[in-house]
Amino acid sequence: MDFNEPAGTNPADRGTVLGKSTPRIDGPLKTSGHAPYAYERHDVAEDQLAGYPVFSAIARGRITRIDSAAAEAAPGVVAVIRSTDMDVLGKHGMNVVPHFGGDEIRHYHQAVALVVAESFEAARAASGLVRVAYDAEGHADYDLSTHRDTAMARKAEPDQDVGDFAAAFAEAPVTLDETYTTPCQTHAMMEPHASIAQWDEEGRLTVWSSTQMVNWLVEGLCSAFDLDPDQVRVDSPFIGGGFGSKLFMRADSVLAALGARATGRPVKVALPRPAIANNTTHRARTIQRIRIGADRDGRITAIAHDGLSHTQPGGDGENSTAQTPFFYAGANRLITPRLVDLHLPEAHAMRAPGEASGLMALEIAMDEMAEKLGMDPVEFRILNDTQVDPGQPDRPFSDRNFVTCLRQGADRFGWADRNTTPGGRREGMWLIGHGMAGAYRGALTMNSGALVRLRPDGTAVVETDMTDIGTGSYTIIAQTAAEMLGLGVDQVEVRLGDSRYPVSSGSGGQFGAPSSTAGVYAACVKLREEIARRLGNVDAGSLDFADGRVTASGRSTSLAEIAADGEITAEDKVAFGEFQDDVLMATFAAHFVELAVHAGTGETRVRRMLAVCDAGRILNPLSARSQVIGGMVMGLGAALMEELAIDTGRGFFANHDLAGYEVPVHADIASQEVVFLDTLDPASTPLKAKGVGELGLCGIAAAVANAHYNATGLRIRDYPLTLDKVLEELPAI
Amino acid sequence: MREFSFERAGDAGQAATLAAGDTGAKFIAGGTNLLDLMKLEIETPSRLIDVTGTGLDRIEQTDAGGLRIGAMVRNTDLAADDRIRRDYGVLTRALVAGASGQLRNMATSGGNLLQRTRCPYFYDTNMACNKRSPGAGCAALDSGGFTRPLGVIGISDHCIATHPSDMAVAMRLLDAQVETLDAAGNSRSIPLEEFYLLPGDTPERETVLEPGEIITAVTLPAPIGGHQAYHKVRDRASYAFALVSVALVRQADGSGRVALGGVAPQPWRRAAADAELPNGAGAVMARLLDGARPTAQNAFKITLAERTLAAMLAEAEGN
Ligand SMILES: Cc1cc2nc3c(=O)[nH]c(=O)nc-3n(C[C@H](O)[C@H](O)[C@H](O)COP(=O)(O)OP(=O)(O)OC[C@H]3O[C@@H](n4cnc5c(N)ncnc54)[C@H](O)[C@@H]3O)c2cc1C
Ligand code: SF4
Repeated sequence: MDFNEPAGTNPADRGTVLGKSTPRIDGPLKTSGHAPYAYERHDVAEDQLAGYPVFSAIARGRITRIDSAAAEAAPGVVAVIRSTDMDVLGKHGMNVVPHFGGDEIRHYHQAVALVVAESFEAARAASGLVRVAYDAEGHADYDLSTHRDTAMARKAEPDQDVGDFAAAFAEAPVTLDETYTTPCQTHAMMEPHASIAQWDEEGRLTVWSSTQMVNWLVEGLCSAFDLDPDQVRVDSPFIGGGFGSKLFMRADSVLAALGARATGRPVKVALPRPAIANNTTHRARTIQRIRIGADRDGRITAIAHDGLSHTQPGGDGENSTAQTPFFYAGANRLITPRLVDLHLPEAHAMRAPGEASGLMALEIAMDEMAEKLGMDPVEFRILNDTQVDPGQPDRPFSDRNFVTCLRQGADRFGWADRNTTPGGRREGMWLIGHGMAGAYRGALTMNSGALVRLRPDGTAVVETDMTDIGTGSYTIIAQTAAEMLGLGVDQVEVRLGDSRYPVSSGSGGQFGAPSSTAGVYAACVKLREEIARRLGNVDAGSLDFADGRVTASGRSTSLAEIAADGEITAEDKVAFGEFQDDVLMATFAAHFVELAVHAGTGETRVRRMLAVCDAGRILNPLSARSQVIGGMVMGLGAALMEELAIDTGRGFFANHDLAGYEVPVHADIASQEVVFLDTLDPASTPLKAKGVGELGLCGIAAAVANAHYNATGLRIRDYPLTLDKVLEELPAI
Repeated sequence: MREFSFERAGDAGQAATLAAGDTGAKFIAGGTNLLDLMKLEIETPSRLIDVTGTGLDRIEQTDAGGLRIGAMVRNTDLAADDRIRRDYGVLTRALVAGASGQLRNMATSGGNLLQRTRCPYFYDTNMACNKRSPGAGCAALDSGGFTRPLGVIGISDHCIATHPSDMAVAMRLLDAQVETLDAAGNSRSIPLEEFYLLPGDTPERETVLEPGEIITAVTLPAPIGGHQAYHKVRDRASYAFALVSVALVRQADGSGRVALGGVAPQPWRRAAADAELPNGAGAVMARLLDGARPTAQNAFKITLAERTLAAMLAEAEGN
């Protein structure tokens, strides 16, 4: 199905199942421990061996020798695979640094060998016996702040230079010029990267893995092992979180495949938690200079955002300016995303790449600007709302209800009642503050395919290589098919994550929910057409599907009767047309936060959070809420605690386990409220839906930071807002 | 994890006898620290002696009017004990500020005292660490090292790690004594003040325990009353080790005691600092942290300790 114009009314609008809060259909499997996660798939292949990697002890240089004799002789060991025994293996186009092969070390904890043994314990014990000698490269500078001069423009995004920023900024009566920094972050998903690999006699490879994008892993494995796509099968039905860390091939699948090839037996490999922060990808650090000029009424006349981040040579880093060309009005704009090569581990996508970091800065800047103008920050944002691309005013937003988010949020939160004097409200030992921020996240769509089977018993099966990374894909796909075929959710079986199924959008960039359901919609439309044909070439548009039956010109037939002679299948794919480039598609939110800062110690406790979200049709309010509150928790972590600590002498992340890298725990989260506006975006997909998985994270950290300022009167522009940054300036006790 | 043998001891004497003369032997209690370290091959015992069946799991009254806490009493049970909650409130508060419910169900009094440092480089076996491999160097102290969580006082040029226990800070405040037994049947009672060694040039030696000597109990003197509080400061609300923790007993006349966690290789307390308590937090910390040698990353701990105590005193006065 070509989606070449905004959607009109269609069967998905009925809203009998879609749009209704629906518990996860895979919930019982998960809560009873029966959902098969990659590392525990003991039943898929017999005689599995365990592989345990050896990771580089240096950040940069060459391997001069790998002595594996002692490991090979250790009990239970079947094979040791050394990086130096082979050329650099191919990687996926999205990866920056190769995963294995050769003698070059490009980052700390790069995999340099794999020990394969009869048990996990034997492999791990023997991995400690592998001796690796290095020729380390001398000291490098790992501090982003010293590199601004060597910064390059980004490949992916050109600068935005509209009007005359310099002149407008110089003339503006009210201006702001501040610099903000965000640290490196790690995804810290629950399930580590894990794969089981097996080769058959014909040289075909099967990998049971944990990946967000099945097809990209197929492509990556083809590149690493010189295979054709039809020689590779990837199966990834359940994923214990990814947040971008599992978008592309990672060392686990490559090592498992190498181990299996060397031993002729299936091999499983999981990346140990302490190796994940340095071996895999992370969100890059950013340094962002923001300048805003406004007239006295608060109208923005000039805005500039310079966003610096870092990458291994060849990568993209973090574009913290992503939202700034589009979020607020202003005729004169200068947006300059910049990048430097830094030999830290590979920086890459982490949940809401770009906007998550960018809004951490921009939305503090907006708060500071509102204060300079003497305006309510909500009103300041409303005044500078835009319904068109400010740099290209003939390009409208497809559906933008940011102002409604702001107004509703302020009402519900009781924003008007807050104390507006920073540091002016104290309850005992606690300083109380309120803050808000806006959120913007682009609404990408990706072509997505699916196959629908109508079984002789009148129930349906959906197959697509779409993944459920904990987001609820199983359920919204079942809802989509149920809506389209007039079935109950329990009459739809959903099969995901297998490369034998049609290629889908996969999960990432919050495009998964809208895109994959659109693909299922397309396949269902095709199935409806086939049913229409079988009912005597009636007009498919006139069919009414309800309660397991289809009615055509007054005649009702059960789906079971229609499929009585054998399963009916229909496969299709949604292809999003170029018309989408003529509009701006995005999601919006307004976040409100109340918190308390301990006047003595500077500890921060968030008390209350509210998000009002505008993201088109909400397919399943229950799982959408779960996505948004999860994002808010992550944003709270970004605001208050999350930071990969760089050892600037050696060039690696020193706090590389979950004891050292702190994410919020239950005690950090108090009340969370989420409201979805009842909106539809016909330009986005046939279901008029957009994603929410990343929206909840965007802006929240700045809302926390602004509330922290309101509580303490101290403006921190360097995340995370740990207590050491305010201690010296807190009031006397 | 290396191969090891596993035996169960029926009483403390048998445990000490089994361990005698075997440098590869280690006692295992709750295992919440030792097993983690074995998986990473930071601890590599060849023999484990399970001491959980030694019957040392009771809390009894002592003749001196205090309590004798068996080395196997679980942290959860200790924190919940009525007598501890009533008379040694600071200990309950310190215990529940540590780890998680599940871990406290396993962790024992003896094992808690002997848990090892949380220095990130101690945990990363690629890195030089004098505590792990004496003489190897200290990666934390190298240029560019990450030292924010590490110690500011009592440290040396060879190691700046802290002792991570919360329980031990409260026990130090309460003048606890550690009771031990060796294979020859000799028992000792060691004041907690003398139990932990400072790193000096042998950071691998952390306590005065001799090889094979088993902790049988921790005794608390008679209750001292007063307002008892424990404030643990960290970057998140729970389930993290202390940046700084402050244990306080304050009597109605303003006198009292102060001990710190998160700043030193042992629970940190000085008599001269206690004496300053009537003069306020600044006066206490001037004595308690006199001679501190923080790094640029962890110098905030000095201010934090003082402000935390000041807030606690303000709250105590409010009561
Ligand atoms: C995730 C995590 C978070 C934690 N957070 C905190 C925290 O916030 N605050 C805190 O204080 N602690 C914390 N801990 C540490 C925890 O308190 C300790 O692991 C626990 O107290 C150790 O007790 P155990 O009985 O399990 O000791 P084990 O692991 O069994 O033993 C520890 C050591 O003591 C020795 N040993 C044990 N018993 C005896 C004995 N009777 N005589 C002689 N030697 C003995 C062992 O040989 C070993 O060397 C945390 C631990 C984990 C894993
Ligand atoms: S501070 Fe101590 S524990 Fe940490 S690396 Fe140095 S010697 Fe090892």
